[in-house]
Amino acid sequence: MASKRYAEADRTVCVACGTCESVCPKRAAAVVKGRWAEIDRSLCVGCGLCAKACPANCIKLTERSDLS
Amino acid sequence: MKKHWYDYLWIWTIIYFALGFFNILFAWLGMIDFLLPLGFALFGGNKWFCNHLCGRGQLCMKLGSGLKCSRNQPTPAWMYSKWFRYGFLAFFLTMFGNMLFQTWLVGAGVSSLREAVKLFWTFRVPWGWAYTPGLVPDWIAQFSFGFYSLMLTSLLLGLIVMVLYKPRTWCAFCPMGTMTQLVCKWEHR
Repeated sequence: MASKRYAEADRTVCVACGTCESVCPKRAAAVVKGRWAEIDRSLCVGCGLCAKACPANCIKLTERSDLS
Repeated sequence: MKKHWYDYLWIWTIIYFALGFFNILFAWLGMIDFLLPLGFALFGGNKWFCNHLCGRGQLCMKLGSGLKCSRNQPTPAWMYSKWFRYGFLAFFLTMFGNMLFQTWLVGAGVSSLREAVKLFWTFRVPWGWAYTPGLVPDWIAQFSFGFYSLMLTSLLLGLIVMVLYKPRTWCAFCPMGTMTQLVCKWEHR
């Protein structure tokens, strides 16, 4: 079952430290090419662990609009 | 989640500072933490070191999250703003350059070896027990004291912000992190 929320990282603020990657239980977060973190929506369960751990407060949880 | 060998590198950070406490010459090993992230960024175009191998970040996570030493409050916005990150990087590199200059002065015989660790670029802490004079050329020992000062200062800063804010708040303005991210952004522009 898809979660109601998903996490999104603001690439203009992200410091690419990889904290989100290390705490994500679903391996949905990854630092891409050392520039910023990207979160795979299809894997994200919206648990918010990454948003809570992010030292740059750049991850926000967004409601899914594609839920039927 | 499956643990990898590199998930235990926080132990390396403890060992490094313990070794430097008893013999300052071990401070040279800290060059690994300087050269590896740059190597990954320059030749691999990634921040794999920060993301997986940084013992300091892991230690902060361990203490802050695992042992609940962090207040887990949001990092102040100025701390991860571009001007502060780049400003701190410039300051850090200037201080690193100054440390190299001091090493050169000792090597050239202009200054004498100072057996002390300077914390927060201000407070001189006697550290003579960790070095036997004459063991190596003075400039090698001077670099050790200077480099250990830099490493210990940044660790203490990291621990302070870990307690006050989030476990890995240090990563938000870590000079090595800022520098390697800049390199990666430039490489993948």
